[in-house]
Amino acid sequence: MAEDKAPITRVLIIGAGIAGIQAALDIANSGYEVVLVDKEPSIGGRMLQLSETFPTLDCAQCILTPRTVEAGHHERIRLMTFSEVTAITGEIGHFTATVQRKPASVNWDVCTGCGLCQEKCPTKVASPFDRGMGKRKAIYTLSPQAVPNKPVIDRDACTWFTRGKCRLCEKVCPVHAIDYEQQATTTEVEVGAIIIATGYNLYALENLGEYGYGQIPDVVDGLAFERLLSASGPTAGKVRRPSDGKEPKQVVFIQCAGSRAPETAMPYCSKICCMYTAKHAMLYKHRVHDGTAYVFYIDVRAAGKRYEEFYHRATEEDCVLYIRGKVARVFREGDQVIVWGADTLSGASVEIAADMVVLAPAMVPHPETRRLAEMLGIPTNPYGFLLPLDDNVLPVETTRPGVFLAGAVTSPKDIPETVAQASAAAAKVLSLFAQWSGVPQAMETPVGAEAS
Amino acid sequence: MRIPYYPGCTLSTKAKGFDRAARDSMAALGIELAELKMWNCCGATFPLSRDNLLDLAGPVRNLVSAATESDKLAVACSTCFNVLKRSNLVMRNEEDKREKINFFIEAEYAGEVEVLHLLEILRDVVGWDNLSKAVKKNLSDLSVAPYYGCMFLRPPKEMGFDDHENPQILENFLRALGAQVADYPHRAECCGNYIAAFDLETTKEMSYLILASARKAGADLIVTSCPLCQFNLDRWQQDLAMKHGGFRPIPVLYDTQLLGIALGLDATAFDLDKHYVDPRPLLAAKGLI
Repeated sequence: MAEDKAPITRVLIIGAGIAGIQAALDIANSGYEVVLVDKEPSIGGRMLQLSETFPTLDCAQCILTPRTVEAGHHERIRLMTFSEVTAITGEIGHFTATVQRKPASVNWDVCTGCGLCQEKCPTKVASPFDRGMGKRKAIYTLSPQAVPNKPVIDRDACTWFTRGKCRLCEKVCPVHAIDYEQQATTTEVEVGAIIIATGYNLYALENLGEYGYGQIPDVVDGLAFERLLSASGPTAGKVRRPSDGKEPKQVVFIQCAGSRAPETAMPYCSKICCMYTAKHAMLYKHRVHDGTAYVFYIDVRAAGKRYEEFYHRATEEDCVLYIRGKVARVFREGDQVIVWGADTLSGASVEIAADMVVLAPAMVPHPETRRLAEMLGIPTNPYGFLLPLDDNVLPVETTRPGVFLAGAVTSPKDIPETVAQASAAAAKVLSLFAQWSGVPQAMETPVGAEAS
Repeated sequence: MRIPYYPGCTLSTKAKGFDRAARDSMAALGIELAELKMWNCCGATFPLSRDNLLDLAGPVRNLVSAATESDKLAVACSTCFNVLKRSNLVMRNEEDKREKINFFIEAEYAGEVEVLHLLEILRDVVGWDNLSKAVKKNLSDLSVAPYYGCMFLRPPKEMGFDDHENPQILENFLRALGAQVADYPHRAECCGNYIAAFDLETTKEMSYLILASARKAGADLIVTSCPLCQFNLDRWQQDLAMKHGGFRPIPVLYDTQLLGIALGLDATAFDLDKHYVDPRPLLAAKGLI
């Protein structure tokens, strides 16, 4: 690399969830270019799956979609969705990232996002976005508010790819955007800094045999329950259990499913589960007035602005029944889900004949994170979360100069903390870019000089 | 294939049918269970205090004896299996204890032997498919409740051959035999264990929960590989039937007994008549004996 080559004031952000979007907007609005990459067809990440946010019960999509739209239309943000970063070379100021885009089978330059293809597509599959509870078509966008609002074809489901039949979307597309021959494309982007914001995944609950997850359809995870509560979810916001679509009258929520379990799963606290479980139980009671919500907990950790009050509201106003103890076994009996647990405050064994069980799984890093860590040489902790340079005073910096971290990629975080950290990462990038752009270093008039 | 075999005390006395069925069945599957030339009681309980090394001397002597013959040791009894496997891990992983025990029993043993339960041998050496092929009797009309008990699977990190919260080895064994598997939630709950020695009523009620749950799931028969579980579950059923109206006694067999029957072996030596709840009418009605 030539010595005299000026550093590039453009940033690559990997992961377009709330962290990536926040950092992208902060940097783009400061006048610098952003390349925002996400493996999904559209941006928004996990937050787009959520119903309402604690402790204000704001609609998550209502908060997020103005930001996704702004990011989607921003003249200095280049979205590269349905794409993955496969290689990164170079150093601070001069990184070259190879971004591979999966074939969407739709020419997005032509597609107007009219949605006719999705309407006509005859093939339905379980929607991962709805945690398998709802259906989507083989040609799909993640949500009606997707940014970009362009569909992709699921080649594992589409009957043209699996059985050589159909091509209906091609026939109905008014602008001939369908392209079954589309290949993966590779693009190289030159950037001066990188922010990793690949977020989190849920712990594999199948490993916790006592809860019956994966075997009992009415045992679901917290994200699935978000979809059931969400107005844009598979049940349009009505709480219906997966097995038979009935409204559950007895719901058991189990916190720390895989968290705080050094012997069997993850030793750490996943931090957000106490609050979202209180929210789940509360929203459930708002929708099912004659229902009963039980919460099994180890402790209620409600450290945050108005969090403790939120938990009290769940117990006092919405009469959510909190039971301190762990659940030993969950099993099916008839059409009910029986929960055996311990109430460690009274010392009693508890058996609850529930209609549905909601587990709050541990947060784990997204599996892609480890690959990125290896690619960039950034250390991880034993669980795969990326290590910042210093947990106390350098929380978004890494051992690799020019590479920054934002959001749940370093540890479990809620939305406010994620957003704050994303802005912090953006500020670090901006301070580099400002130096590289030659922004005046010295103050012309020292602050306070006028007064003296 | 010849594998050294540790029968243990119960299989040499109260549960001879368990032992005989194990040897005959494995022989029919091409595995000779060769009884250890020298063996002693395993202690029947893994010492509960970590510094109780004297109680490890007994089980380790058996392992030392096995090591002179092979790198494997087959065990049929869940409790012996638990004690021997865990004692072996102490010898393998804890250097200071290994030195003291070796010094005391005048041995040089470092956990070289692999302690295997018969079900593990069926799964990993014979294979479920091969077992299926060897089955001679039709068990498809028999609904069997697998009963694991506590000691077979726990502590999970040490026993470690199956998921202790959602075990499958007995289910897969029963499916390989062609039987129906009764799914019931009490399959790994405690039967009462040694509580029977000082609080019989508690043991009876703990066993009752398991028996009633298996019956409720439609089971004709319970299968286990633990002699104490077998005894607790089997022994008090007449009392329980008098106490709990509507409870129908259910036979409790050892896994190897059902294995031998499924393989079409002569079951007269399996001591089926020694069970408190006689399994023979059921087995005869299903055309199995």
